[in-house]
Order: sequence, then C-alpha cells, then structure tokens
Amino acid sequence: MTGPNVPGQPAPRSSTSTREGREGPGGPRRVRPSWHPAGLRSPARLRQLGVLVLLGLLAAVVTGPTGNSDHPLRAAWDSIADPRIVLFLVIAVVLWLIVALGGQLRTLAVRWTTPVREPVGAAYGRRGGPIALNLALLAVAIIAPMLFSTAAQQWMVDGVGIYALLALGLNVVVGYAGLLDLGYIAFFAIGAYTTAYFTSQTAMPWHAPFTLNPFFVFPIALLLAALAGVVLGAPTLRLRGDYLAIVTLGFGEIIHLLANNADGVTNGARGAFGVPHLSIHLLGIDYTWGIDPLPYYYLLLAIIVIVMIAFGRLERSRIGRSWAAIREDEIAAEATGVATLRLKLLAFAIGASVSGFAGVLFASKQFFNPQSFSLQASFFIVAVVIFGGMGSRLGVVVGAVVLQGLTFYLRDLVAPADRYIYFGAVIVTMMIFRPQGLVPSRRRRREIELSEAGVGAADALGAAPTGARP
Amino acid sequence: MGFFDQFWQLTIDGLMVGSLYAVIALGYTLVYGVLQLINFAHSEVFMLGSFGGLFAARALLPDGGVPGGFQSVYLVAVGLAVGALCGALAAFTLERVAYRPLRRRSAPRLAYLISAIGASLFAVNLAGKEFGRQNVDLPDLFHNDTVFTLFGADVSTQSLVIFAVAIAMLVGLDRLVAGTRLGQGIRAVAQDADTAVLMGVNVERIIIVTFVVGGLLAGAGGFLYAMTFNASYSMGFVPGVKAFTAAVLGGIGNVRGAMLGGLLLGLVESYGGYLFQASYKDVIAFLVLVAILMIRPSGLLGERLGRAA
Amino acid sequence: MSRAGSHRASARRGGAAAVPGARQPSMMENVGGDPGDLVVEARDLSLRFGGVTSLDGVSLRQRRGEILAVIGPNGAGKTSLFNCLTGAYRPQEGSVTFWPQPGQSTELLGRRPHAITRLGVARTFQNIRLFPALSALENVQIGTEVRQKYGPLSVVLGLPHARRAERDGVRRAADLLDLVGLAHRTHEQAASLPYGEQRRLEIARALGTDPRLLLLDEPAAGTNPVEKRDLAALVTRIAATGVSVLLIEHDMGLVMSLATTVAVLNFGRMIAYGSPSEVQRDPAVIEAYLGADSGTGPGPGAGGAGNRRELG
Ligand SMILES: Nc1ncnc2c1ncn2[C@@H]1O[C@H](COP(=O)(O)OP(=O)(O)OP(=O)(O)O)[C@@H](O)[C@H]1O
Ligand SMILES: [Mg+2]
Repeated sequence: MTGPNVPGQPAPRSSTSTREGREGPGGPRRVRPSWHPAGLRSPARLRQLGVLVLLGLLAAVVTGPTGNSDHPLRAAWDSIADPRIVLFLVIAVVLWLIVALGGQLRTLAVRWTTPVREPVGAAYGRRGGPIALNLALLAVAIIAPMLFSTAAQQWMVDGVGIYALLALGLNVVVGYAGLLDLGYIAFFAIGAYTTAYFTSQTAMPWHAPFTLNPFFVFPIALLLAALAGVVLGAPTLRLRGDYLAIVTLGFGEIIHLLANNADGVTNGARGAFGVPHLSIHLLGIDYTWGIDPLPYYYLLLAIIVIVMIAFGRLERSRIGRSWAAIREDEIAAEATGVATLRLKLLAFAIGASVSGFAGVLFASKQFFNPQSFSLQASFFIVAVVIFGGMGSRLGVVVGAVVLQGLTFYLRDLVAPADRYIYFGAVIVTMMIFRPQGLVPSRRRRREIELSEAGVGAADALGAAPTGARP
Repeated sequence: MGFFDQFWQLTIDGLMVGSLYAVIALGYTLVYGVLQLINFAHSEVFMLGSFGGLFAARALLPDGGVPGGFQSVYLVAVGLAVGALCGALAAFTLERVAYRPLRRRSAPRLAYLISAIGASLFAVNLAGKEFGRQNVDLPDLFHNDTVFTLFGADVSTQSLVIFAVAIAMLVGLDRLVAGTRLGQGIRAVAQDADTAVLMGVNVERIIIVTFVVGGLLAGAGGFLYAMTFNASYSMGFVPGVKAFTAAVLGGIGNVRGAMLGGLLLGLVESYGGYLFQASYKDVIAFLVLVAILMIRPSGLLGERLGRAA
Repeated sequence: MSRAGSHRASARRGGAAAVPGARQPSMMENVGGDPGDLVVEARDLSLRFGGVTSLDGVSLRQRRGEILAVIGPNGAGKTSLFNCLTGAYRPQEGSVTFWPQPGQSTELLGRRPHAITRLGVARTFQNIRLFPALSALENVQIGTEVRQKYGPLSVVLGLPHARRAERDGVRRAADLLDLVGLAHRTHEQAASLPYGEQRRLEIARALGTDPRLLLLDEPAAGTNPVEKRDLAALVTRIAATGVSVLLIEHDMGLVMSLATTVAVLNFGRMIAYGSPSEVQRDPAVIEAYLGADSGTGPGPGAGGAGNRRELG
C-alpha cells in the first residue's frame, strides 16, 4: 500500500509513504471507500471496539481505588466490578460509534475546509501571532489571578508559572533543536542550590563566605547551569541523538542522588531552609517579595513574557533557522555550512540556563528539598512541552496552564502521586494522535507531516526506526 | 578488612548482579538491533515481570517458614514462568500501544522516545497505585545456607540459583539468535530491514517477537532480582539504566556484547561500591556509561547484532 | 588524451607555480591556460565500505574556473567522490587539497563538512535534500548566513550589527533566487516546489555559501528538456562569475555542451580524463558503458536519471 506521491520529490523512500487516507503534502486527498452499515461488523471495526473496551477497563482501573501489595489484584478487580464500569463501557461504545460513523463525515468536512495547499508562506516565520490576540492573552494573564483564591494564586506561581518557564527552556531543546533532555530538572536543582549557597549562611552546611541578594545569583546560576549543560552535552551530542536522552536521564538522577546523600553539603533529604526572598534595594526603592503569591506571580509573568519575546527573536534569526535546518535535514545542514554540533550545544546550554534561572526563583520563594528535583518532575516538563506543542512558545505556556490547572482542580480527586499516571497517558496519547501538540507551531507541524510523508525529518536524532509502514 | 580479603566475595556478588544486568540488557540490545531505538520503557517491563513473579510465588508459599527442597525449586520455577509471562505481556502491550501507531505513521524518532517515556511514566505510577508504594519483599525461597566456600567467599544457594538461571537464559538466547530460523530473521532485520523485506522476512512479526523475547527475559530477570532484593513500583529505573549501560558497554545491538557488558558492569560496580561508598554505587554505572560513550561509543564488541551472534 | 596515471605524475607542479593575487576573471577562455592554477586536487583516494570498494586510488585535478564533468555508469563511485571531497565520507587513503585563492592551499581531508563548506566548497545532492518546511528564501538564507558571526545575545537584544547581517543575508538570498529564476517562489515552502525548481533552489542554496568550487550531483536528473537548457545556461553563468564547477551528469548532451574537461569513473577507478570529444572516442569508456548498458545503467548520451541512492 503506497501513499500518495509527494510532488516534486524523487520516488519516496520505501519506508516513508503516508498512512492510508492521509493527505500527502499538497497532494490530492484520497477518497475513502463509501460506508456501509455492515462495515460496523467488519473485523477491523470489531477490533477497534475491542481496543476501546480494553481502554475503558484500563480507565476504570486507573481511576479506581488504590491497592496494596498484600492483595495485588484486588484494587483492579474492585474497580472493574464496580457499577462505574458501565459508564466507562458506554463511553467506549459511544466513542467507537463516533469513530466508526463519524469517519466519513469528518473526511468530508476536512476536505471542504482545507485548501489544497498551505497558503503561500504559511510556514514562513511571521512575527509572533496576531498582536491583538497576544495582548488579550496577556490581559487575561494579568487580571485572572486577582479573581482567584489565595490557594489558587499560590498554585499559579508554584505550579503554572515556574513550570511554564521551565517548559519554555526545554522547548528550546526539544522544540527547536529536536533533541531530548530527560534530566532537565537537574539544572533547576543547580540553580536552586547555587542560590542557597550564595544567599544564606544557614540554608545549607555548605555556603559562601559572604551573602548575596538573590538577584545577583541569577547570572551566576544561569552561567553555572549553562556550563553544566555544555560539559554534559559536548561529549554526548556528537554521538547518536538518543544517547543524549539517556545520559541526561542519568545526570538528572545523579544530581538528585547527590543532593539527597551529601548531608554535609546540601543538608541532604532535609532540604534547604531559609533562603531569603527576592528583594530590591535600589535608588530608593525597597521592595521584598514576601509570602504573598501575587507579586511573585507578576514577577514570573514579566520574566515569562520577556523570555517568550527573546526566544521568538531567536527562533526567527539565523540561529533559529539553523536549528530548523538541522531538524529537517542534518546532513544537508552540515553540507550548507551549519555547525550542527555547536548549534545543538547552544540549544542545550540555553535550555539549561533557563532551568538554572528558574531554580533561583524557586529557591528564593520557598523551602525546597531533593524531592523537588525528582526525575518525575523532568518527565512532567516533557509532558508540558509535548502537550502544549513542541516548538510553540505559546503552546508550552498553555500546556503548563492546562495541565497544572487540571491538577489543581482535580487535587481532591486524584492523589498527588497518581497524577503521573495521567501525565504518562497524556504523553503517549499526544504522540499517537497529535504529535504537534495542542497549540502547534506551524513549522513543527509541517515538519512532522512532511517527515511522515518521507520528506526531510523532524528532529535531530537521525533516521526513523525500522519497521515503518511501507 | 581490606579489599583483597573481600575480593572473591565481591567478585561473586558482582557476577550475580551482573548476570541480571546482562539478562535485562538483552532486551535493550535486541530492540536496538532490530529497531535502532532505545526502548526507554524496558525497565518497566522488568518491573512488571518482577511483580508478577513475586506475587505468584508468594501466593503459593506455604504459611510461615521457608520452603525447602523440591518446593523451593517449584516456587522458583513458577515465579520465573509467571514473571516471564508478565514481562512478555507488558512488552507486547508496550509495542502495540506506544510504538506501533508511530511506526505505521513513520513518525520521527523523537516521537518514539517521548512515547516510551510516557508509557514508562504511566506504568510506574499505575503499579504504584495498584501495588502500593512501599518495597515488597519476597520471603526467602531457600534456606540461605552456604553451599560452598570459594576462595574464602560464601556462595549461597540463592545466588547460585540466580546465577545459573541467568546464565542459562543468556546461553539460550544466544542459541536462539545464532542458531534458529527466528534468530536468522532477527539478524536479517537488524542488518538491513529493507533487504530483509525483499527476502520475504515478515518484519512486523520479527519486531513483535523481539519485544516479546526481550520481555520474557526481563520478566524472568525481574523475578530473580526480587529474590535477592525486593520489588517496588520504582524498581525499574536503576537496573534499567545499568542494563542499558551494560548494553552500550558491550556494543549496543550486539547480543554477546550485552552479556559481557552486564557481567563486567556487575564486577566494576561491586568493586567500586566497596572501594568508595555503597550509596554512590549507582553513580559508578553512570560514570562507566559516560566513559564508554566518550572513549569507545561502539562498545567492546562493536554494534552489529548480526556480527557477534 | 591523458590517462589518469600520467595525469597523476604531473600533479605536483600545481600550487607552486600559481601566482597569488586576484581571482581569475573569466574561465571559458582560460581552458588550457595556466595549468598550474588548480582549485582542487584529489590524490589516490580509496574508499571502502566493508567489502565494497567504491573508490580505488582515484586522482583528480581541476583548474580554477573550469567546468569539470565526472561521468560513469551507476555505482561507479561518482557520488562517493563528492562525499570524500565534501567531508561526508572519510576515505581510507589519499588526500584532497583545495585552493580557495590561488596559492592558498588547504587540506580538506579530516575536516567536518561544515568547515569545508565554509572554506568555499559547496554541493548539491543527487537526491534533493532541501529543508522542506522552510521557505525558498530561508533555504538560501541558511547558506548566505553561514559565515555570519553574531551570537544569540545580539539576536535577543536586536543589536544593530545583527540586524544588518540579517538584512544582508536576506538580500543576498533574494538575489540568488533571482539568479536561478525562483524569485516568484520566495516565500513558498521548499517541499511545495516542483521538482525542477527544487533542483535550482538547491543550487541557489549552495551558491549562498559563496563557494569557490561548486559540486553539482546530477543537477539535470529528472528534469525536462526545457529545464535542462535553462540549467546549462545557469551553470555557464555561475562559472562565469568565477566559480569552478565540478559536475556529475548522466546526460551526455549536457556534458558535451558544458564541460571543458571530462573524467570517467568505472568501478571506483578513473578510466579516462580529457576533453569531451577525446573521452567520447576512448575505447575504455565505450567498453565501460557498453558493459553497463547490458545491465541497467544508461550509456553515454542516454540521459537517464540513474538510480537515486541515499547519502549514507
Ligand atoms: N554508505 C555506503 N555504504 C555502503 N556502500 C556504499 C555507500 N555509499 C556508496 N556505496 C557503494 O559505493 C559504490 C559507489 O556508489 P556511488 O553512490 O558513489 O555511485 P555513483 O557513481 O554515484 O552512482 P549513481 O550514478 O547511481 O549515482 C556503490 O557500489 C555503492 O553501493
Ligand atoms: Mg551518485
């Protein structure tokens, strides 16, 4: 089964045609066979029903009671034997009917609404989004927290703000350079511990002989994190792309382990207490960010806006273009004179420094311990970037808002530790159904579509694995 | 006590753990050989297999007291079988859910890694929810008496059994890959998937079989691991990274390399953990990984699945 | 005509005789002129992949401003030669010297591809390798911005020199699009361009890096006669600006009309070297093509596209 040919391309590689019924880039849409009600009983449809029912059962187990090791299967059994199961099964069947019957309707709808070819210059880097929309979003971001409860405001800072900033940084690595960093939180930890070292004599057993205002630690932490990124990335990045993922994974775990075990340095598992809050004493202005969450929120918002603007410029510059070139065809990029290794390292270092920077904010705001820098936190940031849309600045911020917003509103329903079940499911689901994310970057979406059609690539990790459908 | 007094004890402990790493590493190496992909969720296959075997063995354990003789053997066999089955099931499901839809679409490589991370996150935490988040112990299946003393080091029945089973699995897999039609198919796909298709090899089937075989090994290895240590929802991560290190050490994609790498890593870690500090044992494996990647990224025996087997 | 062997014997004279100074103005009339002014010289390149030998002691010299065509049956090692010259492959033996300016020699072997490109050797690919989701302009910009130095901080702060460099890169890219006749496609995605235009876009991108030596790997493959004619004109125009062109081509008509010198590869060996008419009469060449003809490869004059292979 070969997919539609890509116009203007040599014969597609054997492993690279599009899935049946998908539109090849710019090519005509394939018309599906017309639907007959009997099709519902076709083996493929029945298998689909089976899969959905299994997923319904799984969802029941996931949302069901918590078990323990003495009766390992009881919790699962209880959630399946519960009347709630009916609800899940009904949802599964309804979904199946929608998928089975809605297929043609959707194809028709899409066919009528999509232009044959992307409009001219669609993927060409327009400057940001429409200004009015951006301003409206900013206004919402400014006003909304004032209407929230203090707990929610606190959450906007701890949960949304910090993670949005972290996700913006990781987006440079994943979204722009097309690499995967699984130890991203380690740089955050470096930032936080650097802050404790420089700003307080009491927070950790190990401290500087002097104390600094946390504001002065920003550049130090930024540089340190970038340095750590370079030291880690330089040897690894010249290897096959997926090695970076596992080396960073190990690095993240080691930083966590060190923070946890080095009692005499970091205060171990007890964590660092008493890092001073951010404060300004300059030109007659005396202001301290205290326990009130709102001032922190606005500080974070300002930083996030600045970072978004800065990365937007970066994305549209020579550097951003080179990253795109590396993602789309690394060999051609090299041959055109792009120093691929250096640029990947740059992305990695920029990402790391944003993480280190966020670490300073985090440390000066609250008590922290190694628990704050667990591997799962790294994975969560990956989830935010993937969910929001890799390569899309607005996307990753929206991703942080939505995912953390949901955690906040479901906090009484879902135990904190169980959240990660859902985050994991979100990641897999997005990769299967919408790899470009919720608010995709145009270019990234196009790259993914094209690479799936056999034209170019969409990451800096080398050729797609074998076994892709011919 | 000095290092040299302990040398043989450390060697024996290291070999035992190392044989387990080798068993898990095979899963990474097989999948890598065939798909050119690091299966980041393999550690969760190991974890699920471990739980499966542990629960099965525990359910059959007589109340109170350590079983003995034939009963021990029976329990180990059941644990291994159920563990392997659970591992295979987990690996199969993983392939179906997290990888296959992406393969059908020829998704970019990054998508597979991310999808695997998601699957891993899901599995770990679901296990945590279902089985609790404490360590789960498997009662001793053997009277932990010393069977014999080797150069002044004690060898317990349990470590002997673990080592023997692990080695048997390694040899079995080596035979499978080197000497059967299935192994021939696996090697063909590993060398050149496009040509393999032309030669009539069913690549889809080979991929699934590869995952299942890796899962069988990891599941059984998980049960062996639970016999000496214990099981917990987050148990997969550390042995997973180490097994991956072992695979890279031997040359990823290379079956015999993974075995060699596992044993070597077990030894290095055992000696290193004694010389430095036990809590930094895990750091050693990571340093080994970084060192190999810098010095000899293709590993000790080179990278081809077809070559060494 | 000179065979590869005798050619090799006179190799050394090159760089020493060259006079440092301004670039040659025009080359068409320079053919057969000062033989000492070389732009590139490969000596005894041998490249093996496991059991396959794709280059077996190949030596090649190109004079500055010359259009040199490399021909040969499928699998003869032409693309492999390009890959060795541009750093994509590392041959087991041999050396490659490049003179960006007369009298200024550099060894290319052992350098990374991007470094070689920055020295002034640009290439296109047999199987087009554009950046598919970038616009035509951006594709060329990647080339024109290659030697720009400003860093991320200047970008983020919008410093004047970065802005100036950016504008300069865009202007040069637009000029090149004009040169290859793609001005009307400036903001279109590369992947949406028709095949022939993609080929020309790739040439523009390579020219963006301001090369002294341009390597074209079957630029006419898969194009129609009109496009072929345009391409010939384009290559002539490029050569007229002082860029030496090294060209792989299966279309003998094109080779005969364009090339000043032709090198013939077969089974990884250079079997002939000389002017187009000499080479066409060479029995070894005819033999090679007849042999190949009984297989799958196109003979001289049969302007087949050849089979496309991935660059490893
Ligand atoms: N990366 C590689 N790995 C293994 N063999 C290779 C590789 N690249 C080239 N070869 C082999 O080297 C030989 C020469 O190939 P090359 O691509 O240079 O031929 P060519 O002259 O460009 O042919 P064509 O006219 O088909 O483009 C072929 O036998 C090919 O199989
Ligand atoms: Mg070629």
